[in-house]
Amino acid sequence: MSSLSDGFQVGYAVEFRATTFRLPSGVALISNLNLSIAQGETLILLGRSGSGKTTTLKLINRLLQPTEGEIFVAGRPSASWDPFQLRRGIGYVIQDAGLFPHWTVERNVGLVPHLERWPEAKIQDRVREMLSLVGLPPDEFATRRPSGLSGGQKQRVGVARALAADPPILLMDEPFGALDPITRADLQREFRALAQRLHKTIVFVTHDVREALFLGTRIALLDQGRLVGVYAPAEFLKASEPEIHAFVASLDSGAASEGVA
Amino acid sequence: MTWFEFMMRNRAEVLERLIEHIGLVGASMAISLLIGLPLGVALVPRAKLQRWVVGAANVVQTIPSLALFGFLIPVPWIGGVGASTAIVALSLYAVLPILRNTCTGIAEVDPAIVESARGMGMTPRQVLWQVQLPLAAPVLLAGIRVATAICIGVTTIAAAIGAGGLGVFIFRGLAMVNNQVILAGAIPAAALAIAADSGLGFFQRSIAKR
Repeated sequence: MSSLSDGFQVGYAVEFRATTFRLPSGVALISNLNLSIAQGETLILLGRSGSGKTTTLKLINRLLQPTEGEIFVAGRPSASWDPFQLRRGIGYVIQDAGLFPHWTVERNVGLVPHLERWPEAKIQDRVREMLSLVGLPPDEFATRRPSGLSGGQKQRVGVARALAADPPILLMDEPFGALDPITRADLQREFRALAQRLHKTIVFVTHDVREALFLGTRIALLDQGRLVGVYAPAEFLKASEPEIHAFVASLDSGAASEGVA
Repeated sequence: MTWFEFMMRNRAEVLERLIEHIGLVGASMAISLLIGLPLGVALVPRAKLQRWVVGAANVVQTIPSLALFGFLIPVPWIGGVGASTAIVALSLYAVLPILRNTCTGIAEVDPAIVESARGMGMTPRQVLWQVQLPLAAPVLLAGIRVATAICIGVTTIAAAIGAGGLGVFIFRGLAMVNNQVILAGAIPAAALAIAADSGLGFFQRSIAKR
């Protein structure tokens, strides 16, 4: 049986080829997107609200289907994957973590291994390993419910859940957006270290330029459903497009108002 | 003769009517659960149809119970005098709260949770059984609780069309102008309603706490 990891000799982890996504009303949320995401890179999708970042992300794990064009995941058209198989091979972290409130932390983290019918003992070991990886001592946290966790802890559990079945690709939709600045900075630092160690392909949505520059190996800037360009962090600050100027300006004013850089 | 003495003397029939009463309520609740739960689940993604079906169930709900029994008696197959007609009418009453609460209970589950469940690769069936239904359970149970209360109440009237139950005492007592006979039906019916409601309420709270 083919799994997502097998397709990786082919090259790109994710490729958008002339992809357009329209609402039934005809409004295009993504227009003619061409974008290749290399294995092991952390690609940031940066843009303001309504620019199509989240739509782009959901096209990758087929929560949305493109109206035109194609998306290749692990070298195969995403439409040819069984959608459930595809999603189990792609970790997914969202802003509010989306943990199941009626399940313990342990069960939440073990979700995909359970769906994939791993043996129970293997799931338990894996869950403990994942909780330790995201800095939550398993003995203390495994049996808690999400309601007993802080925002930062919930996000850590969300990351542990996404990584549990060792997916080659990780999609993150503003995972740290709802956290207080100090917790956010902590998680960004730890996540960057984790990303470098795990060598996953990560597609990370944010509207925060500083976060994009800190975490990204490349930054894809979206504006009104169109790709403005893809830049290395160093290029981004020097680029001349007016859309980028708006973002770089927001970086300056943000730094001034918060008093930190 | 006190009411208590009357009850003791007639305990065999009181018990028989009570069991009949519970049987009518049980059968109607079973039918309305079998219809209401799957229908509610099926209507969740069909908002327009859902409004129509819930609207129709609402209309049925507003028909006075004695009139509904009256309407059903001349209907072939299901109609006539007796328990089966009563069960049809009772099920029609009980299905609305179950249907409505199934729809709202599932619709009120945090969309972020459902989205992440889908995004993690759960099939629609797994999302329904492992996420939506458990999280909607308290709302669902509230609907079942309301339906049970309605059923126990309306069943007392079903005696008027020969379905039996505790209403038999009430109608007989009214005809005989005998309060003790009326109360022989009314008090156990009220007690049954309170017991069922507090039992389900306890269950509902213990589920909501999890």
